[in-house]
Amino acid sequence: MRSDRPARPPRQPAVAPDAAAASSLRYIRETMARTATFTAVPGWGGVAMGVTAVAAAALAHRQPTASGWLTVWTAEALIGLTLGAWTMTTKARRGGAPLLSGQGRKFLLGIAPALAVGVAVTLAVYAYEIGPLGEATAHGGEPGSMASRRLLPGLWLMLYGAGVASAGMFSIRLVPMMGSLFLLTGALALLSPAAWGDAWMALGFGGLHLVFGVLIARRYGG
Amino acid sequence: MPDDSTIRRAPRPAPTVPDLDPVVHQRVRLGILSALAAGGTTSFTDLKTVLDLTDGNLSVHARKLEDAGFVAVSKTFADRMPLTEFSLTEAGRQALAAYLDAMEAVIAAARA
Repeated sequence: MRSDRPARPPRQPAVAPDAAAASSLRYIRETMARTATFTAVPGWGGVAMGVTAVAAAALAHRQPTASGWLTVWTAEALIGLTLGAWTMTTKARRGGAPLLSGQGRKFLLGIAPALAVGVAVTLAVYAYEIGPLGEATAHGGEPGSMASRRLLPGLWLMLYGAGVASAGMFSIRLVPMMGSLFLLTGALALLSPAAWGDAWMALGFGGLHLVFGVLIARRYGG
Repeated sequence: MPDDSTIRRAPRPAPTVPDLDPVVHQRVRLGILSALAAGGTTSFTDLKTVLDLTDGNLSVHARKLEDAGFVAVSKTFADRMPLTEFSLTEAGRQALAAYLDAMEAVIAAARA
């Protein structure tokens, strides 16, 4: 007896084996990438840090005293650190990346020593030049020729670059690249006159953060 | 001589699926093996976060991998809190490598 119903097509597997294999390989690759690299580096956080750094450079350049100059940059460092920590935590939570363990922990431990050295050097320079026992000021040191303005911009840029390059080993490729450019900017700042310090700071902490922040945000989801 | 329109090519054979290790050929367990292969020793909490799993789901699949000898489990204490860590054994590494070879072979057969 003929049926009006069309012949039933032969049963096909839901997914072709090669498509399933490709999907499996993609899943393995994505899982490995998520586990092996710290991807919660905040792109938009970097942009925000860049904007505040440019503003801080303009403000610091107008300071007549080393004390005022150092106060501006110390405040900027705290603002930048807060912005970075906050946006990194938010991105890590959103992407399901562990922050205080695994690759996140390695990233933080990679950047921490350089930042600690930066704090120690700044305190030492402050104590030498500006503090209550400031030897340089007591002996009539000229503000323009003082160690803070002459050396700190280059040292800060290089130390931050060293930390970022080191931590970047556990993160996406753009991060160690940015660290290396900070090292270069810092080296150039150390070789330049003291008056150019704020411009190098604006270029490094401002420009590099802005450029790499946008790149990271576009390629790595925020 | 048959008309050209009547000549039909034999259908291309579909790529066949090789015999896969059922312990590895499961998405969650594959994720655990991949994560451990890339990240080394990983804690229960991190693995749960990275793979977006529940405690129960991760426990069940990790146990299967442990029973198969693909994963080693260590249970210690850190700051008086229990810390469970997983690492890939040599057998687990070989099983993952064999699975990757099999998947690549399926794709290569489809492209041939």
